[in-house]
Amino acid sequence: MTTFQVPTLAQMTAEGKAPEVLFWVGCAGSFDDRAKKITKAMAKILHHTGISYAVLGTEEGCTGDPAKRAGNEFLFQMQAMMNIQVLNGYEVKHIVTTCPHCFNTLKNEYPELGGNYHVEHHSQFLNRLLKEGRLKIEGGSFKGKKITFHDPCYLGRANDEYEAPRALLEKLDVSLKEMRRCKQNGLCCGAGGSQMFKEAEKGTAEINHVRADEAMETGAEIVVAGCPFCNTMLTDGVKNREKEDQVQVLDLAEMIALAEDL
Amino acid sequence: MTYLPNILFIAALATAIAVFARKAGRIRKNIGLGKDTDRSDRPSDRLQNMLRVAFGQSKMQARPVAGALHFIVYVSFLIINIEVLEIIVDGIFGTHRAFAPFLGKAYAPIISAFEVLAVLTVIAVLIFWWRRNVSKLDRFHKPEMKGWAFTDANNILYIELVLMFAFLNMNALEANFSDAHHSFLISQYIAPLWSGASEWGLHFGERLFWWVHILGIFAFLNYLPYSKHFHIILAFPNTYYANLEAKGRFENNATVTKEVAMMMDPTADPFAAPAADTDAPIERFGAKDANDLSWANLLNAYTCTECGRCTSECPANLTGKKLSPRKIMMDTRDRIEEIGVNIAANGSFVDDGRSLLGDYITNEELWACTSCNACVQACPVDIDPLNIIMKLRNFATMEESSAPGALNAMMTNVENNGAPWPFNQMDRANWINE
Ligand code: SF4
Ligand code: SF4
Repeated sequence: MTTFQVPTLAQMTAEGKAPEVLFWVGCAGSFDDRAKKITKAMAKILHHTGISYAVLGTEEGCTGDPAKRAGNEFLFQMQAMMNIQVLNGYEVKHIVTTCPHCFNTLKNEYPELGGNYHVEHHSQFLNRLLKEGRLKIEGGSFKGKKITFHDPCYLGRANDEYEAPRALLEKLDVSLKEMRRCKQNGLCCGAGGSQMFKEAEKGTAEINHVRADEAMETGAEIVVAGCPFCNTMLTDGVKNREKEDQVQVLDLAEMIALAEDL
Repeated sequence: MTYLPNILFIAALATAIAVFARKAGRIRKNIGLGKDTDRSDRPSDRLQNMLRVAFGQSKMQARPVAGALHFIVYVSFLIINIEVLEIIVDGIFGTHRAFAPFLGKAYAPIISAFEVLAVLTVIAVLIFWWRRNVSKLDRFHKPEMKGWAFTDANNILYIELVLMFAFLNMNALEANFSDAHHSFLISQYIAPLWSGASEWGLHFGERLFWWVHILGIFAFLNYLPYSKHFHIILAFPNTYYANLEAKGRFENNATVTKEVAMMMDPTADPFAAPAADTDAPIERFGAKDANDLSWANLLNAYTCTECGRCTSECPANLTGKKLSPRKIMMDTRDRIEEIGVNIAANGSFVDDGRSLLGDYITNEELWACTSCNACVQACPVDIDPLNIIMKLRNFATMEESSAPGALNAMMTNVENNGAPWPFNQMDRANWINE
């Protein structure tokens, strides 16, 4: 249980207040047990910085990303229109999210449907707070720890953001070992394009096992991800190789929350 | 009689250009079978992208060895074209080395530089041949590379070798003429090989190689439209008309937007008569066949070099799935060619009971894609296989309801409870208090 109040936009609006930023939690972040930990870590960081934020709570709905990637443009646009009505109703201007899929959809696919917001992935958002001096990170607990970073497709190639997560990790004083395939050439975890919700087609290997192997080849003790789906896929990959005792899979937000002892 | 060579040359030149123009016109028409899409915005960004990616080959360099070798062949192609221009002038007017008097002292160094490029090209081509045929690089031996695709790739290398061989030997023979005026950097070392020939033999040989060289170029020009090598032309328009938006932004379907707006509009009358323009053909959602795609998709298909960089980065293909983004492009091209032939034979398209999705691309391939954009990133000429995959999925899901069962279940969840899993919408904020 979070030890502090997580304000909803409805509450804040009722009190006549408007938050600086809306924290878009996403479906994984709301329902998936592993991803909920990422959500809580992010909420802790937001609370810690003292920034005024809110969540939509039960007024949030799936962005429609998995429907669109599964070819269902109708369902996608229905979801988009419902969310845009809510967001525009509250006059939301600025959104931060821990899910690159939500980030991509809100940022790139909502404007044409009437939803125009300044959308940031949490790596970008936190990095900006750092630069503005509104977030301070002491690297102590991770100093020199060998880690590697897995670029989420929907943050990296889809939106050309490779530096923000690395800049955050640098602040943590970790020793970052890049995988052979990284940044523009990063290998997908296997979850995108709605693959998360179905069995893979017949093949010779599972994508997430291959990617987990690549991550572990770096000798990293922590594999850092920036996406709840990548996180699940890589965790499964590590488990499949029976390395879960040696190798942890953590989100950027969790790394920061741990470093700050939040 | 003395004008016979000129006449023959002009006839050959005119034929080569006419035949090429006819075939190129057909391809243009085939590309025009695609649906409209607007790529007229941001002209200066487009120009820059073309200069960087096509002219500057920026994306080729992601693989340094192949990138460097390709660059040599490409530069020599561009530069040797100047020499071809001279050959054409000579051929039409019956002159010999028409540019020499104009260039004066610079002529020999320029032709020498071309010779150096020719030698480098020969070396690069031999290495390319080795990579394809001996060291058997994986990406050149996928299932879609059997048959014509494989032969085609080698044919180009052979043509290239013949052209360079003829060019160098033409110069070498001339160096042996009793009244030789020119000696060039590389061919002077080949010249001794021909020194035993009679004066007549030298002149005959020089003419022979001259004709082989130029007729070879005409043949090459006309081979292009049947080959992946057409990219040397189409790479330019293709990069100009490339998608410049963020790769994660998938197209919005405007027809759907209208329908959704109606559905969500409380004032809309659900029983209202349908709009009057019933003559308008009913639009299919997404793409089933190649002509449901956009012209940009089809231009992509004709531009594909079949290099397989996309496929070698594709996570699905890397893990043994049937999906290969290169095959998506080759299938699209083969199908639109088939449709083009059908139209040419029948005046307009006559249903042949075939379609891109089903007869060329299977559901198994279609649903293996993770939409990761690795193929788009890898393509040296800015081709977007993912865009085609998504349009096919649009058709499969919205028109045929043939998405995999698990995805249908996921979509039912999204529809009913606003999440891809069967959780209650009202539990969305439970994490706060857990
Ligand atoms: S987007 Fe699809 S086809 Fe392209 S590389 Fe990724 S999985 Fe393969
Ligand atoms: S789509 Fe691009 S990367 Fe793929 S084979 Fe064709 S040219 Fe090569």
